Amino acid sequence: MTPQITPDDILSVQNISKRFDVSEPFLNRVLERRPRRILTAVNDISFDVPRGKTFAVVGESGCGKSTVARLLMGLHTPSGGTIRFEGDDITRMPPGKPAALRRRMQMIFQDPYASLNPRWRVRDIIGEPLKNFGICKNNAEVTREVEKLLSQVGLNPADAKKFPHEFSGGQRQRLSIARALTTRPELLICDEPTSALDVSVQSQILNLMKDLQDEFNMSYIFISHDLAVVWYMADVLAVMYLGKIVEVGPKEEIFGNPQHPYTRLLMETVPKLTVGGSERVPVAGEVPNPISPPSGCAFHPRCPMANDTCRSVAPALNLREGGQKSACHAADEERLKPWLRMAAE
Amino acid sequence: MSNFMPMLYAFWDSDITYSFRKSRVAVISALVLLAIFLTAIFAPSLAPQDPFNIAELDLFDSELPPAWVEGGSAAYLLGTDTQARDVLSSIMYGMRISLLVGFASVILAAVMGVALGLLGGFLGGIVDAVLMRIADVLLSFPPILVALLINGVLRSALPSSAQAESALIVLILSIGLTNWVQYARTVRGSTMVERRKEYIEAARTLGTGKLAIMIKHILPNVLGPVLVIATINLGMAVLTEATLSFLGVGMPPTQPSLGTLIQIGNEFLFSGIWWVVVFPAAVLAILVLAVNLLGDWLRDALNPKLR
Amino acid sequence: MPLLELDNIVVEFPTRRGPLEAVKGLSLDLDEGEILGLVGESGAGKSITGAAITGLIEPPGLIRSGEVRLRGARVDNLPADKMRRIRGKEIGAIFQDPLTSLNPVYTVGEQLIDTMRVHLDLDQKTARQRAIDWLAEVGIPAPEARLDQYPHQFSGGMRQRVVIALALCAEPKLIIADEPTTALDVSVQAQILALLKRLCRENGTAVVLVTHDMGVIAETADRVAVMYAGRLVEIGDVKQVIEEPLHPYTRGLMASIPQIGIRDRRLTQIEGAMPGLRNAAPGCAFAPRCPRAMEHCHSIRPAPQDAGTGQVACHFYGETS
Repeated sequence: MTPQITPDDILSVQNISKRFDVSEPFLNRVLERRPRRILTAVNDISFDVPRGKTFAVVGESGCGKSTVARLLMGLHTPSGGTIRFEGDDITRMPPGKPAALRRRMQMIFQDPYASLNPRWRVRDIIGEPLKNFGICKNNAEVTREVEKLLSQVGLNPADAKKFPHEFSGGQRQRLSIARALTTRPELLICDEPTSALDVSVQSQILNLMKDLQDEFNMSYIFISHDLAVVWYMADVLAVMYLGKIVEVGPKEEIFGNPQHPYTRLLMETVPKLTVGGSERVPVAGEVPNPISPPSGCAFHPRCPMANDTCRSVAPALNLREGGQKSACHAADEERLKPWLRMAAE
Repeated sequence: MSNFMPMLYAFWDSDITYSFRKSRVAVISALVLLAIFLTAIFAPSLAPQDPFNIAELDLFDSELPPAWVEGGSAAYLLGTDTQARDVLSSIMYGMRISLLVGFASVILAAVMGVALGLLGGFLGGIVDAVLMRIADVLLSFPPILVALLINGVLRSALPSSAQAESALIVLILSIGLTNWVQYARTVRGSTMVERRKEYIEAARTLGTGKLAIMIKHILPNVLGPVLVIATINLGMAVLTEATLSFLGVGMPPTQPSLGTLIQIGNEFLFSGIWWVVVFPAAVLAILVLAVNLLGDWLRDALNPKLR
Repeated sequence: MPLLELDNIVVEFPTRRGPLEAVKGLSLDLDEGEILGLVGESGAGKSITGAAITGLIEPPGLIRSGEVRLRGARVDNLPADKMRRIRGKEIGAIFQDPLTSLNPVYTVGEQLIDTMRVHLDLDQKTARQRAIDWLAEVGIPAPEARLDQYPHQFSGGMRQRVVIALALCAEPKLIIADEPTTALDVSVQAQILALLKRLCRENGTAVVLVTHDMGVIAETADRVAVMYAGRLVEIGDVKQVIEEPLHPYTRGLMASIPQIGIRDRRLTQIEGAMPGLRNAAPGCAFAPRCPRAMEHCHSIRPAPQDAGTGQVACHFYGETS
């Protein structure tokens, strides 16, 4: 397939998949005749990330959104498909190599307590990529650059001497951001960067991320389970369910006029900060086990609109009126609109 | 130099030294060990006699009982053996050998075990499977048997003329090669936990190579339990050395360790010369007890759940 | 008489550098059948307050002073075995991780039946039938078959349903629910909250709902108590606290939550972070972050005063209204 990258897209992902072998150990398989078990974390998905914008991926735990981040960074090797960054194929490149290309993409992790080596001082944590990528020539330069980065993320340059445990969760996430900024990346992948933080700190970090995006003209891939945070951060949005993108498109369209029942129901789960309004309708059921996903459309067991087609045939991502794409037979067959209207009432 | 005093204070004030100061058992064990180590190191200048210098031995003084027993001599505090060697001096020199074998074999086992555990835990796959199966095989025999086996193989590989001189090396190798498994399994386990943490993923995305990740990131975070095992293993290694020497496959009588002394003394036990065996045995017991008590304290002090 | 009274409780954790006060003098009342939300950031002392009510503070932590009263009778100074009887019979508990409340080696049915037989004086047969009824009540399909399954055979959401059944089956008058939905998927959270609310309403059970999530509070609670650095800063009816909060901290907190549909360039943010437990500044703990802080806010600690539908601890409120 020819790369469909347009000058406006910084990253283009084509048909990427990731299967994990979660079989039991060899001896158990042979002696107990257990079959191999394959977990399809990401199942043949494609998307483009527009330059200078924020592309958000939302979904519940186990939907494959964190695996997507790790595939893009080269932390996992894809089972199939291609990833192109500015037209260059980076699909099977190890993380960090080749340096010239990999420096241009960086990542912020979810857990501020696990993403910083507890035995290292801040100067060494942030200085590591500066040395690895040969950005600074000598130690004095590293120290100067670390102090500059610390003040850019709102910390004190004197903090360079401290250890991670001397910081609060929000400050640690600032350290993580500073470390990612060392290489002046063009694309920053953020894997649930605020889900471990308290709300009053979350807003500080989200604001900081927006400011830095403007200042350094970065593109973001923003992964989250929190739709309200995504509403604030995203320009383009992809909703994932069991390894598939079920809906993707401009944020305004998806929030304003969702074209997939799962998106609609997911929005329903966001608590409203008003008292005494209408009771929300909870989505029925739970996310199925991704090792044995349901046939056809994976959402059909929880979907109020499911029919026989949904139970047997996997739907394709088709373009809808508003400009987004959604993978839903009900939308294809014009059965979705009446239901959406009803659900809104 | 300017920040040496604050550093010293930070060390004194740290949780681990606080817990040490609060534990009477740990302090006493440490003092006993310190005394034993110093005695061993300075044995040549502290010992009243060089038991291996035949010129210093006076056969008329052989088989003297300890000084406080009737017939004992003040010159030989713990008595003398059948060749007129001062028991106290023999013990001091014997501790040197025992501790040397103990420390060297612990270092050998720890270095080997940590390296293999790191490799297996970090690389996984076939490397890990092979290493762990070897470890399983070693663990399914009593350690003393493995040590005897390695000892036997090494000895038979050496010409008989070289055996006396190489006894020390052979002992260190056989004890070290027996004990690496425990380190390897522990380090492998903690490595598998650490390598899934996000700071390792971060290091990979920041261009840090595999070897650097293993040594600079993972190693410092898995060393805590290694220290505990090493301490407890020091006692084990000294005991294994004593056992091998007692069985006659360790240090020769010309360079006796505590175990050799006990073996020699054992032959005279029934002829009433009890002091030749009782004192080396008592020192060995005190040494191993102190090491184990210190190891127990260290394990508890490093375990955050017990604090 | 209120069902539950906390009277100026101080919870302390002794350390070698002196005691850490996690709760620094907290008073509140709870009526029968009422759902009280206890909110705050991590480290504010909300979970420890919950543990103080159930007598489950981890040693060496202890209630240094103050009283916890259940229907007027002190329960904070009871011996461990008496407290164990009260837990279960009088006070039920639901925790964040359902696996910590369920014993992995007993079937779900055995745990339900045991709890009921200990506290309700039922025979085996009646207890079994009631256990099936409870599983059906919390929305577990095929309850008769699932009664004899082990906790690990249930999914996360189903497990939390079992925990709710277990907490309610001895018919306690009070439930302490500590972050009951935090570990669950967003689409399951709403189901569990709705269930908890319905069952407690039907049985007249009062709930202390400990959470960091204002959305959960807005949806579930009747009254809200907001904690900051070990103290109560505001308590009042849910509508007032959510929609017209009085304390500057609550206001900042509410404003900093992103909301779908509201188009702001920047989120409102509260600068800085909550002070640590060792903070011993004499004034209001929020003063260093407070946009309205006046000089005496840093030196004199504001006492809770009656305001609106409840109380607020703020100098600013007292002087402007």
